[in-house]
Amino acid sequence: MKLPAIVHKFSSPQNFYVMAGKLIPWLGWACLLFMISGLYYGLIEAPADYQQGESYRIMFIHVPSAWMSMFVYMVMAISGGIGLIWRIKLADVVASSSAPIGAAFTFLALATGSLWGKPMWGAWWVWDARLTSELILLFLYLGFIALQASIEDPRNAARAGAVLALVGVVNIPIIHYSVEWWSTLHQGPTVTKFDKPSIHISMLIPLLLMAVAFKFYYATSVLMRARNEVLLREQNSRWVKEVIANES
Amino acid sequence: MSLEEFFHMGGYAFYVWSSYGLTFFVLLMIFLKPMMSKKQVIKDLRTKYRQQERQTKEQNS
Repeated sequence: MKLPAIVHKFSSPQNFYVMAGKLIPWLGWACLLFMISGLYYGLIEAPADYQQGESYRIMFIHVPSAWMSMFVYMVMAISGGIGLIWRIKLADVVASSSAPIGAAFTFLALATGSLWGKPMWGAWWVWDARLTSELILLFLYLGFIALQASIEDPRNAARAGAVLALVGVVNIPIIHYSVEWWSTLHQGPTVTKFDKPSIHISMLIPLLLMAVAFKFYYATSVLMRARNEVLLREQNSRWVKEVIANES
Repeated sequence: MSLEEFFHMGGYAFYVWSSYGLTFFVLLMIFLKPMMSKKQVIKDLRTKYRQQERQTKEQNS
């Protein structure tokens, strides 16, 4: 399958560099706005939980982190796949720039889950299906980063990474459905259910605000990383020389 | 809710505040890293281009 010419034009490194540079401040401020309002509603406005008391407020960072850990992985695998099939260099850049951010979200999902599990379950860690599959996700990210770091040639590194990321996609539905397929200590889904979410609106609002804030956070930081990567990869082209000359 | 109650978090202060503290620490690090590496990239490339310029000048003279 051939991609239309316009895709190649917009994914040209130079075009990307300029466009991303204009987008980043907007995305960054949007992230801050959603984050502050999410924290306000989550920590101050939302009432305490009738069972878990105040401890449930960890949810407002734990759940968005866990969602992002899977979302970023899908972005990484899909853009890796695009780079593999259509040889779009920018897709490779997006994949490798996403990995550390995704790994950070996965680590945060595990760590905040642990800090929530201790007071509620009485254990920092249990080998239940949800926790174990999320831990495997962290290893997939770390494996991707280590694999790419070990291969000198950027094209080969991108290819190897993309294959690893695509194989690892099988873990994503396992994480999502783990709480339904196995009997887990981890609770089932409350928001992403087909019927009405079983969470009160006063808690749903801060949760969604934080989720949007995390999405903007990812968009901002992946573009910042990708811009640096583009400069390095295109360092022999004339436009990068001009960019560097014009930087104060 | 008083300020004291807010920080006390109904007895879960340690768990709630370490979660939030850790999250914002990690997010800040991940955010600052590309800012610092951008400066480094610009510095490195500038040095590289200067060296290239010098070499071409030497070859021409």
